[in-house]
Amino acid sequence: MKKIYGILGVFTVVFILTAIMSPSFLTPYNMERLILRTSLFGIISIGVAFVIITSGIDLSIGSIICLIGCGLPWLLVKMTVPLPLAILIVVTLSLLIGLVHGVLITKLKLQPFVVTLCGLLMYRGITRGFTGDQTQGFGKFFSELRWIGVGKVAVPGVPIDTFGIPVPFFLLLMVAILASIFLNRTIYGRYLLALGCNEQAARYSGINTDRMIILAYIICAAMAGLGGVLFILDGNSAQPVVLGNFYELYAIAAAVLGGCSLRGGQGTIIGVVIGTALMQVLRNMITLVDWIPTHIEYAVIGAVILAGVVADEVVKRISASRRAAASRL
Amino acid sequence: MSDSDQQQGLRTPKKSAEPPDLLRVCGVTKSFPGVKALKGVDLHLKAGELLAVIGENGAGKSTLMKILAGVQDYDEGEVLVDGLTVRFKGVEDAFDKGIALIHQELNLADNLDVAANIFLGREPRKAGLLDKARMRRESSIFLDRVGLKVSPDQIVSDLTIGHQQMIEIAKALSVDARVLIMDEPTSSLSQHETEQLFKVIKDLASKNVAIVYISHRLSEVRELADRVTVLRDGDNAGELFRQEATHDNMVRLMVGRDISKYYALEPRSHGAVALKVDKVRTIQNPKHALSFEIKSGEIVGVAGLVGAGRTEMLQTLFGVMPALDGSMEVQGHSVVIRSPIQAIQNGLALVPEDRKQQGLVLEMAVRENMSLASLGRDQNKGFLNHRREQDISREMVAEMKIKTPSDLQEVQYLSGGNQQKVVLGKWLAMKPRVLFLDEPTRGIDVGAKQDIYKLMEKLAEEGVAILFVSSEMEEIIGMSDRAIVMHEGKLTGTLMRDELTEESVMQLATGTQTKPISNN
Repeated sequence: MKKIYGILGVFTVVFILTAIMSPSFLTPYNMERLILRTSLFGIISIGVAFVIITSGIDLSIGSIICLIGCGLPWLLVKMTVPLPLAILIVVTLSLLIGLVHGVLITKLKLQPFVVTLCGLLMYRGITRGFTGDQTQGFGKFFSELRWIGVGKVAVPGVPIDTFGIPVPFFLLLMVAILASIFLNRTIYGRYLLALGCNEQAARYSGINTDRMIILAYIICAAMAGLGGVLFILDGNSAQPVVLGNFYELYAIAAAVLGGCSLRGGQGTIIGVVIGTALMQVLRNMITLVDWIPTHIEYAVIGAVILAGVVADEVVKRISASRRAAASRL
Repeated sequence: MSDSDQQQGLRTPKKSAEPPDLLRVCGVTKSFPGVKALKGVDLHLKAGELLAVIGENGAGKSTLMKILAGVQDYDEGEVLVDGLTVRFKGVEDAFDKGIALIHQELNLADNLDVAANIFLGREPRKAGLLDKARMRRESSIFLDRVGLKVSPDQIVSDLTIGHQQMIEIAKALSVDARVLIMDEPTSSLSQHETEQLFKVIKDLASKNVAIVYISHRLSEVRELADRVTVLRDGDNAGELFRQEATHDNMVRLMVGRDISKYYALEPRSHGAVALKVDKVRTIQNPKHALSFEIKSGEIVGVAGLVGAGRTEMLQTLFGVMPALDGSMEVQGHSVVIRSPIQAIQNGLALVPEDRKQQGLVLEMAVRENMSLASLGRDQNKGFLNHRREQDISREMVAEMKIKTPSDLQEVQYLSGGNQQKVVLGKWLAMKPRVLFLDEPTRGIDVGAKQDIYKLMEKLAEEGVAILFVSSEMEEIIGMSDRAIVMHEGKLTGTLMRDELTEESVMQLATGTQTKPISNN
């Protein structure tokens, strides 16, 4: 738990600063959007956290979002595939992508960076191919389905038109709780953490490390697929060229900010969620605060992440040397 | 400081009219945390002389050679080149004095070509750019000197190991090496390549290059050396001239001391055969099939020199690297073991050689390490059984007297001995029928060693069959009911408890003798 105090502190400071600097930050509509964006990005960040914990990386998340996000309306509207079948297809496809990544990485010993970089290129290219690079969307249809993306749940005493909790927030809550239980309470979570620190020792201890790593890539792709569905349900329409661009980097950055080490073996789900929230507040701040030019967004985000990991490393070293000193006594 | 050094240099013996030794080492000591690797070693070498340095594992050969080549500094004593005291601050200093070390593992940039490797770090330049023509021209001269007929443009990774070794020698000659130190140069060479190398070595010696030749292979030493210096426990054990350097004399000096210090080991009764290994071949030594048995309650030591294939054997039996063929039986049932998972399911356990890389997850707590192998067994429908995990871990910490503030401490902050106990505890929690231990006491202090010996005995009493690899002769002799000895991937013999002496083990370990494998 101690590990998340730092990121929680930074989040609080940035949140308060933004509220002071921009009067429109704390408006109900802005909060709604902020919660919604945090929920969508939170889900994909939790997915990539599993891969990062195995000391891997997944660069294909943005393109999976594009593939699934554009593929779903394409199947439903263009191809008039029945809804249950369309859902079955996107779910299977997401899981299959993760499985293929995992198998290539463990059995063929390819580097995660390379495998998922190829995925990044391929899935977007494929999507632009089968959609003819045309904007995909639901139009006026599927309004019940779209409730999952745009629906709101009323807070007692507040008119729903003013403020409601976006439905995806509850999905994030569910995903986060399940992921947390999986990581901390099951033997498989322990296996992931152990092999992330030292794969050889895990293998010597009788852990099927290949299977666990494959599982991590499946979880990651599944979360990216879910993210893709939610992004398109929220946006209603999207262009294959644009949807999901750079989202893998937002997800990785959020996971790292939330305490996942790219060396593997470390990370908490709650940390990743707070990391995501911090990223979204930062983006929001850049948009809302007048004197910050919008086009320097990446520079600000990059600088904050760098500062975050530097601070984390410094704190870790201090506590490590203290503990080493303590155990020598 | 440098003043006094020079004075010492001037004071060095010049009694006779003879020129001073090319290289002389006087009373050099070197300590590492916990061990004194060199306790005052002497060595001398003339130009054109072929000196062999031999000794058991851990006798201090490698440390001494690293000091001579400037890779490592020393504590006390003196190193003289041409009668003048020197103190190398790095490999470059040693190069300047004409001393070059060829490591056992070759240090070539194998993605580059031959010429680039020979001149690595000293590339001739023309107008700031590499002078490739000159590199090519000059490297052919050195390649000729070692009798190697390859083009300077050839990429090193395309060459055989033997040829790569020649490149290393050519590289050493290119820095005008007057002393060439070779550490186990033939360990990965074929018979033909070895002969080739010997020709080059003899040729160099005849051209006044002094050679220091380190090897475990006594027959090679006999063939090559003008003189043999024997090290034992970081000290000089003796010196043999060419005509005295027989196998027996060399082994006697290498082992030397009396083994009076017996371990508290009483004869034990053994049960039925716990593990039967039948014609198992490892990937690393496919030429030799390994067959032996261990009974429950028996402690069997595996002796041999570094590189004899002992670790590879244990890893193969444990399924880390699948065996090429052969079969195994555990308590009379034939088993297939192609992964550690299958090994564990069949009641095997391995305490690996490299505790930090293979035994422990350093960043995790004692408790989490202790339970890593048994989590699957103790799971509650996939969920962690926290209660049981805690109970087992506390029990093991108490039973093995692991010194840690709590079992939630990360193992990286524990001492080597306590870390090793955590690895052992992990496996004891699995109640194995056969326990493999690879160098179980390497790098740990005496107290922890005793604890581990006692634990091994206790386990044997409880009926566990133990197979342990050790490079410490005392440990093999002190702990084994029976020892099997390996030499270059081959089982060269079995020694029963009453036959176990340093000489008998050494004879088998150096391949001087073989003795049929007996399992009784």
